[in-house]
Amino acid sequence: MTFAAFLPLLAGAKARAGDAIPLTPKWWLPESASTFSHKVDTTFALIYWLDVFFFVLIIGAMAWFTIAYRRRSKDQKTSPVKGNHALEFAWSFIPGLFLLSFFGMGFVTYMDMQVPPADAMDVRVTGQKWNWSFEYPEQGLQLASADGLVVPSNTPVRLTITSVDVLHSFYIPAFRTKKDAVPNRYTSLWFEAKAPGEYQIYCTEYCGDDHSRMTSKVIAMEPAAFREWVAGQKSASASMSPVERGQKLFTAQGCAGCHSIDGSTLIGPSLKGKYGANEQLADGSSVAIDDNYIRESILTPNAKIVAGFAGQMPPYQGRLQDDEISALIDYIKTLK
Amino acid sequence: MSSTTGDLAAGHHGHDHGSYLTAKRGLMSWLFTLDHKRIGMMYLGSILTFFLVGGLLALAFRVELATAEPDLFTGSTYNRLFTLHGAIMVFLVLVPSIPASLGNFLLPLMLGAKDVAFPRLNLLSFHIYMLGAAFLVFTLLAGGVETGWTFYTPYSSTTDSAVVSALMGAFILGFSSILTGINFIVTIHKMRAPGLTWLRLPLFVWASYATSLIQVLATPVIAITLFLLVFERTMGIGIFDPALGGDPVLFQHFFWFYSHPVVYVMILPAFGVISETVSIHSRKHIFGYTAIAASSVAIAAIGFLVWGHHMFVSGQSELAGTIFSLITFGVAVPTAIKVFSWVATMYKGSIELNTVMLYTLSFLFIFAIGGLTGLFLATLAVDVHMHDTYFVVAHFHYVMMGGTLMGFIAGIHHWWPKMTGRMFPELPAKIGALLVFVGFNLTFFTQFVAGSRGMPRRYHEYAPEFETWQFLSTVGSFVLAAGLFLTLFYLLWSMKGGAKAPKNPWEAKTLEWETESPPIEHNFAGQVICRTGPYDFDEIDTSRA
Ligand code: HEC
Ligand SMILES: [Cu+2]
Ligand SMILES: [Cu+2]
Repeated sequence: MTFAAFLPLLAGAKARAGDAIPLTPKWWLPESASTFSHKVDTTFALIYWLDVFFFVLIIGAMAWFTIAYRRRSKDQKTSPVKGNHALEFAWSFIPGLFLLSFFGMGFVTYMDMQVPPADAMDVRVTGQKWNWSFEYPEQGLQLASADGLVVPSNTPVRLTITSVDVLHSFYIPAFRTKKDAVPNRYTSLWFEAKAPGEYQIYCTEYCGDDHSRMTSKVIAMEPAAFREWVAGQKSASASMSPVERGQKLFTAQGCAGCHSIDGSTLIGPSLKGKYGANEQLADGSSVAIDDNYIRESILTPNAKIVAGFAGQMPPYQGRLQDDEISALIDYIKTLK
Repeated sequence: MSSTTGDLAAGHHGHDHGSYLTAKRGLMSWLFTLDHKRIGMMYLGSILTFFLVGGLLALAFRVELATAEPDLFTGSTYNRLFTLHGAIMVFLVLVPSIPASLGNFLLPLMLGAKDVAFPRLNLLSFHIYMLGAAFLVFTLLAGGVETGWTFYTPYSSTTDSAVVSALMGAFILGFSSILTGINFIVTIHKMRAPGLTWLRLPLFVWASYATSLIQVLATPVIAITLFLLVFERTMGIGIFDPALGGDPVLFQHFFWFYSHPVVYVMILPAFGVISETVSIHSRKHIFGYTAIAASSVAIAAIGFLVWGHHMFVSGQSELAGTIFSLITFGVAVPTAIKVFSWVATMYKGSIELNTVMLYTLSFLFIFAIGGLTGLFLATLAVDVHMHDTYFVVAHFHYVMMGGTLMGFIAGIHHWWPKMTGRMFPELPAKIGALLVFVGFNLTFFTQFVAGSRGMPRRYHEYAPEFETWQFLSTVGSFVLAAGLFLTLFYLLWSMKGGAKAPKNPWEAKTLEWETESPPIEHNFAGQVICRTGPYDFDEIDTSRA
């Protein structure tokens, strides 16, 4: 058992040095960019090399026996061995110790990954088909970020994640972390980016047609640059006209993922030149596209389904303020 | 000889002991037969047919995945393809695979019995299987489903595809599985020939026994779960859909409570096959008989307590995650025992590198990789990174397709002479085995790398950095398909053109080789008596014991 306890210690020692143990097989893993990603990589590397060792042992023995004891003649005599208790005990017990130490290492790092530092900065993440939106309550930003998940580097960030429709999962490979987005429930995840840079975000819980397009970016900036970004966002939203605000919301709330503004059809109808026109509905009736219709389409989209489309749009009831809805309508009006 | 067929003259009443294949004629004599051998063969035919369908679906989306851009299918078609591939392969192929086909055929023969304990139930289980299959085929014709074979809620509660018929299909198939399980348990308890003690049972029988226990205990849970989902969809009763006040994570618990143990329903029978083939074709007594038999049962038991390892990032509590991780490592020990024992069995043997042995060695190679890569996923911190990436896809294909399928194909070849009365041609068979091995590893090893580098699964278009790995994987899938088609062709050909098989071509000691090839309708002409263990081959040098 001393041995099992030793490996996590080894990992911890290396972790302080700030890098994965040198033997980490590089081509197996993406860049390592969070404060705990190298600990994950160290665990990966230890399992990897033990796996290689056992694989060579097993397959080597198999290949050797296959060649050494191939059938040379029909009546070749074979050994009467039926088992060996000492050997059987050894090959249960020794791998068992390794397994326990893997468990221990995985557990220790997992707890690091689960428990955010108390001073972490909070960001709210909402998943919806097929977009991630990011809100900054602590910074007092009025609008969700349209630039991706902008965060200061070298600062712990805690994400509180939820979904408005089906399950999604928020995954940042370079940070080695991921967490499901569950409707009607909050999950959380934290990280600290080691350096400024752009890091890929994927959705890893299958969520339908555009699951593979539900991507975004973490943009880690020097803390000073981040403060500037926040200030820029604030002054922009203060001086923004309602149309500009609507345009920003249109991207940040994921409308743009399903509605084009150039006439092409995506998951939903294009909103180009729609305002004031008549819309054919799936039930055969038709309706004039005015402020009320758009408002209803946003809050309870399934109340009226456009002919030729499925009820894929998530309801925004409870997620948008009145002035935001008005801004969106003002923006849609301008799409000539 | 390990046994003798008792008093032939007395048991013989002068009627013709024709083979089970020719004893009765006509389609109805097959569709309504009570003969476990015919039922086994019908299962084999149906399972292989669905394997072909599921495989063709996979080839279609492998072509799409050869390049990063979406070029062949829309997202919604792609999603239907992988869902049907998964659902068909799991519910129609892997779950029934070895138990329903080889198991049905061999179990009574190995026990020296005339049939399974409940022949009518056995036929019913086949009819239920066909009914369930009809639902899945209907689903395909009704536009398909795109929920993934896992049917995660609330996606599956809300999408408007043919979810209900797919769920009903899986629900119905569960009963077929339960009936087979019950039948095997009772048969093994009650129908063993005189002299066939528990510790003389072939390890294939032990594996079938452990498998049956899981089938009987776990399948009702998934059946109820799927049924609740049907309720939710058709009547709007909120169980899993948060919009109706339900809990989507509850569905995952229910689902994996079945679907983890069912992994062992798929793999344990393959373990059973390999225990037979490695011993027989090495002419050595199996190494550590008791350990292998006991580890099957241990795996079956522990396998019920690890389902939460599919949910480390679902929002499940840290405590639960930790416990599930620990117990998962617990399953690795009995699994390792088996692998070591199979390799040790070859030590100082007389190993014939025939097709069966090639598949046995392929199994060991592939299953070793499948098992060892499982350790990354059982480790909490590493799984957080790997979960729902191609690493997981590669891992379960190494275990499920590599493990189960190599075992299945090894078994089909090993017992082909018994089942059909014909030998298969060795040369094309060896070429096929080579293609399957190379193709399989090319298809799925590359996916480990794509996955650990961060490529999520179920993606229809993906980042260009993964293109090389995905392209190689597609190439591999076609090599694999070529090997499997070759295998299909020579096996079909051999049913007419193959050399007539002797009673016991491998000089094995288990009871199924005591009867004719193919067996007579009632298996044995007289009462079978078992006199020695299943692995006491003539070549064993007992003077050195
Ligand atoms: C997941 C894809 C999706 C998202 C995200 C989405 N919509 Fe929709 N939307 C649709 C679909 C599909 C329809 C057509 C079916 C229907 O009427 O519900 C639609 C219909 C509409 C309509 C009616 C259009 C017409 O031609 O009659 C409006 C207006 C609209 N959406 C606005 C928005 C706004 C504003 C947002 C962002 C706040 C948004 N949608 C987000 C998919 C989406
Ligand atoms: Cu998704
Ligand atoms: Cu599992």
